[in-house]
Amino acid sequence: MEHDTAHTDSPAAPAHVETHHPGWSVYWKVALILTLITVGEVWMYYVPSIVASRAFVPGLLALSALKFAIVVMFYMHLKYDHKLFRALFTGPLFIAAFTLLALMFLFGHLSAKL
Amino acid sequence: MSAPAAHHYTSTGLDSRKVAIWAFIGSECMLFVSLISTYLIYKGRSRVGPFPHETWVDPSSGHHFHAILNIPVTSASTFTLLMSSLFMVLALAAVQHKNVPKHTRSERILGSSKLWLWATAIAGTTFLGFQAFEFTSFVHEGLSIRTNLFGSSFFTLTGFHGAHVTAGVIWLVTLLSIDYKRGLGPKDELIVDIAALYWHFVDVVWIAIFTLVYLIK
Repeated sequence: MEHDTAHTDSPAAPAHVETHHPGWSVYWKVALILTLITVGEVWMYYVPSIVASRAFVPGLLALSALKFAIVVMFYMHLKYDHKLFRALFTGPLFIAAFTLLALMFLFGHLSAKL
Repeated sequence: MSAPAAHHYTSTGLDSRKVAIWAFIGSECMLFVSLISTYLIYKGRSRVGPFPHETWVDPSSGHHFHAILNIPVTSASTFTLLMSSLFMVLALAAVQHKNVPKHTRSERILGSSKLWLWATAIAGTTFLGFQAFEFTSFVHEGLSIRTNLFGSSFFTLTGFHGAHVTAGVIWLVTLLSIDYKRGLGPKDELIVDIAALYWHFVDVVWIAIFTLVYLIK
């Protein structure tokens, strides 16, 4: 059973909305990938040559973003759910990310590096 | 409550409770990004130690403070929280497939919502235990919320996250009590799904905190 259909029938429902969730095997594989990425992040922290390199911070941010996206897509089922849910989550997330970047520039954390 | 009244559909055909939890999660994104922004703005601006990644010697007392963040302990707590997300999604799958006949022992284990809800709650409580240990050791080492800018922003950020984990554990315990009382089945999929979404959100926030606060020097 790789995909299941979970839906609710109701006379009050104006539209029939189906969501497809991945199966148990996908969940275990995702957990393994998340664990491996975390191990990779911690490993990077303990290797002085990587910490000293310019790729250290971007690499950690990329791995963190990858983990974030994997959890949101597969565990929170945003990959399979209705696009309204995607909009409700990504909209505020983009606004928040933009605010974070703006504050970093405002307080000189990023402008010093550019 | 009658069956039709139990559903709360919007004009989109989506259940309003699920729309609400996603809107709530969206607003929570903004809350946590504001806390993370505050931490990052104050990062490196503390006048006195202890510091997160660097040693510091107090010029007045000569006392030596080592880098305060304990990466091995936090890595373990991060792994625990990641696994709790796996347990939560397995609990949801177990509720969805409660009525599917289970023939083998592994199918019965995978199909036990009580087992996975317990596992999630225990993993969440373990994470809180790690956090309590970390906070206590920091205070013993001379870092409190009033010590410096790092302490203020660090305890506020991680404290808020810990409060969210605590709320999640309480939520899981209420689901467990329902499961013991009358059993959770496919008809309860949505209430478990909503709790799961909250729990996974708490996990993704920690993914960001772990990198931005603990790993990036």
